[in-house]
Amino acid sequence: MSTLAERAAARKRAERSQSALDWLDDRLGSSKWLRSAMDKIFPDHWSFMVGEIAMYSFVILVATGIYLTFFYNASGAEVVYHGPYRPLDGQKMTIAYESVINLSFSVRAGLIMRQAHHWAALIFIAAIVFHMGRIFFTGAFRRPREVNWVIGTTLLLTAMLEGFSGYSLPDDLLSGGGLRILYSIVQSVPIVGTWLAADLWGGNTFPGNGDFFPRLFVLHEFVLPLTLAGLLGAHLAVLWRQKHTDFPGPGKTEHNIVGSRLWPQYFVKTNALLLFVAGVVFGLGGLVQINPVWVYGPYEAARASSGTQPDWYIGWLDGALRLWPHWEFRSFGHEIPNPFFPGILIPGILFAVIYAWPWLDKRIYRDYGEHNLLDRPRDKPLRTALGVAALAFFVDLTLASATDLIGNALGVPFETLIELMQYGTFVAPIVAGVVAFRVCVRLQRGQVHPIQRPVGGIMVRDARGGYHTVGAAHDGHEASAEEHGLEPAGAGPPAGASEAH
Amino acid sequence: MSEELPFPRVVTGTHGPEEGAGAGTPWPGDVPPEQDDTWYPLRDDPWRARRVELFIALLWGVTAACGTGLMAVYWMGGQAQLEGALLFCGFSALGAGLVIWARRLVPGQEVVGSRGEHTSAPEDRSGVVGSLSRGTDAMLSRRGFLVKRVLVPVGGVFGIAALWPLASLGSRPDRALFHTKWYPGARLVTEDGRAVHVDDIVVGGELTVFPEGFIEDPMSAAVVINIGRDKLQAHTVNGYNQAGFEVVSGGNGIVAFSKICTHAGCPVSLFNVLAMQLICPCHQSTFDILQDCAPVFGPASRPLPQLPLGVRPDGYLIATRDFVEPVGPGFWDRGSEP
Ligand code: HEM
Ligand code: FES
Repeated sequence: MSTLAERAAARKRAERSQSALDWLDDRLGSSKWLRSAMDKIFPDHWSFMVGEIAMYSFVILVATGIYLTFFYNASGAEVVYHGPYRPLDGQKMTIAYESVINLSFSVRAGLIMRQAHHWAALIFIAAIVFHMGRIFFTGAFRRPREVNWVIGTTLLLTAMLEGFSGYSLPDDLLSGGGLRILYSIVQSVPIVGTWLAADLWGGNTFPGNGDFFPRLFVLHEFVLPLTLAGLLGAHLAVLWRQKHTDFPGPGKTEHNIVGSRLWPQYFVKTNALLLFVAGVVFGLGGLVQINPVWVYGPYEAARASSGTQPDWYIGWLDGALRLWPHWEFRSFGHEIPNPFFPGILIPGILFAVIYAWPWLDKRIYRDYGEHNLLDRPRDKPLRTALGVAALAFFVDLTLASATDLIGNALGVPFETLIELMQYGTFVAPIVAGVVAFRVCVRLQRGQVHPIQRPVGGIMVRDARGGYHTVGAAHDGHEASAEEHGLEPAGAGPPAGASEAH
Repeated sequence: MSEELPFPRVVTGTHGPEEGAGAGTPWPGDVPPEQDDTWYPLRDDPWRARRVELFIALLWGVTAACGTGLMAVYWMGGQAQLEGALLFCGFSALGAGLVIWARRLVPGQEVVGSRGEHTSAPEDRSGVVGSLSRGTDAMLSRRGFLVKRVLVPVGGVFGIAALWPLASLGSRPDRALFHTKWYPGARLVTEDGRAVHVDDIVVGGELTVFPEGFIEDPMSAAVVINIGRDKLQAHTVNGYNQAGFEVVSGGNGIVAFSKICTHAGCPVSLFNVLAMQLICPCHQSTFDILQDCAPVFGPASRPLPQLPLGVRPDGYLIATRDFVEPVGPGFWDRGSEP
């Protein structure tokens, strides 16, 4: 269908690419790798885009963040503001706060960059959590992908620290209050707490001696982003080596992979996703106000902001601090102060369980084999129920961080709400878990999931010599490709078999 | 999703699992070699392909228009809402064009490849141990003395030496957490530098104060409240008159407490006159003023320390000494006051 001229041009282009790639190959021996890289197969399932959304939010965070560093000034020195934002005229504030006010009101395009940066951070962490949810509920963390689960959890932790350090930079009333609480949490660590806090803040009492903002800035725009970039690189390298998981379906086995090639389809589509994420982030950044630090005012030790909330991913920690009972341990002239338990011990235990999950899961299901095909959440009711219970726990803690707002809105005293939510930390996970378990079991008995509906059939012969039809008409849950023995012999019981029946 | 592919699925390869070689046999190479890579959904429909092409061009035209708009907005001084709307439209139109392009016009189709083996061959797996032992045997068994007895301790000492510079980050914790800037005779002054007179606070009134000369010192912030003379006598506040210091003076109902929450250090800035309670906005710890500011609700577990007050002959309120115990949140050796 192509014209003669088109064909001639294509030949010319190919020749030019050939010489360029040969030049590179002569020096690096790159062509073999490049060829397989361009031919690499990526499965097309929407849930796999969530990780990419996180990745592209990170790209936007870096780009907008670099812009912000040109204007932010990490100094705790005091100045008196005189500028276009009248309500603050004549107020004392730190240079850090003033530079953020100037960035918002006096730098052209500064406000949208600042707000886009903040929105990108919120979306970044939300995408990470959703991504983690898809990994968890589909069993994508199973062997051989435990490594990426561990790297991923570290990414989540680092991203939360990055977010917190970022919104603490403006030195406004809200973030200053958050830092005050963080100082107390650090100080509450047994034995070394006072040393740690003094070393971080450069002073023996909050807010330190003025060294803190430059340090926080270095953490936020250098150490933590570099850590994130390094971990993300490792995350993707491992993914590249191990290849994506895939949902079971017609023609899919543990040993093949179905999807589009990196070049050109996947490349074009994933760039489109980058553009959509950018569109949403900048759209929100321009149209929806976020973190209006000029409304909160500069930080003053004796004032507190009430009715303002931290960023959403910090909420559960704040909620934990509200719900933990008034216990402290004092003996022999020493004490373990209250914030240590909800601020360090509980999150520590939670993250230890998250890190260990792939190995706990192996024990629970006595399944130590390799898995490239995913579980459907309903086929592992216990795992799904535990995941839903954990989410319910986090939701309860997050709601607790807004007891004052909810109380005012509903006209309920905050005492009642807190007490309810204290019970909720036990009741909500149990109820949510039981409901999820039952829903899973119901769904298993119910309809055939679309991914298992047949489009013709493919005959396979399993390791034990039997013949099966994958994807042909069958009655629902018992027909994933995996269960038809397409697994290395001796890899443990077929997945799903241990619980589904 | 897989049942409504807009194009045929290509399953190729020389001995895939469906050909009976049994599970686990990897396919050679990653990608089927004999695939028609020039195929795309609209290949046989040039007229529709042309229309799709024009539509994509239109979308990208929108992006160009948005770009021009952005430059104009910036030129005219910038406006965040307009910039946001234009960026949203510009990026989305560019992305939408790409998606349509990828779906309709970009050649290629869904392919099936082998995952291959990601583990090494058995001889490499055992070989690597051999290579490793070559070195470790030489170093550990023949020169065990050097490694175990010398290198490890030397590395330890040198490593610990490298930690010392960390100590420069902060000064050694001193007694700063045990004392504030209050001193005997310090007048109570407000944030804007006004000294507080006994008559300044009516019954039910509340003020945030600092020691004179140390306005806005974060650790010294205190709340003075006039709870009324009758209440003062009826309740235990007066009984808190530790170490012989005068808590209130001249028969006034005025008392003062640290403003720093004993939970996590927020300023206890909400005052409920009716219940005579101070409430911390951070985690809602509630302190009952009539019981020496003992915590009655929330996570705080210690009372707000009290500041002993006196009245100067000219009527100004003064502190008669520092707080009677360390203020603010707890720490490991808070109880070690000599
Ligand atoms: C900065 C945060 C993160 C980014 C940017 C990121 C990015 C990605 C991307 C782009 C993929 C491939 C696409 C996909 O499967 O969605 C991926 C895969 C994966 N991620 Fe993450 N991720 C992050 C955090 C996490 C976390 C918190 C976990 C779990 C604790 C995790 C575990 C995994 C695993 C196990 C895979 C392989 C999944 C498979 O092959 O199906 N990641 N990640
Ligand atoms: S800081 Fe006051 S209740 Fe937590």
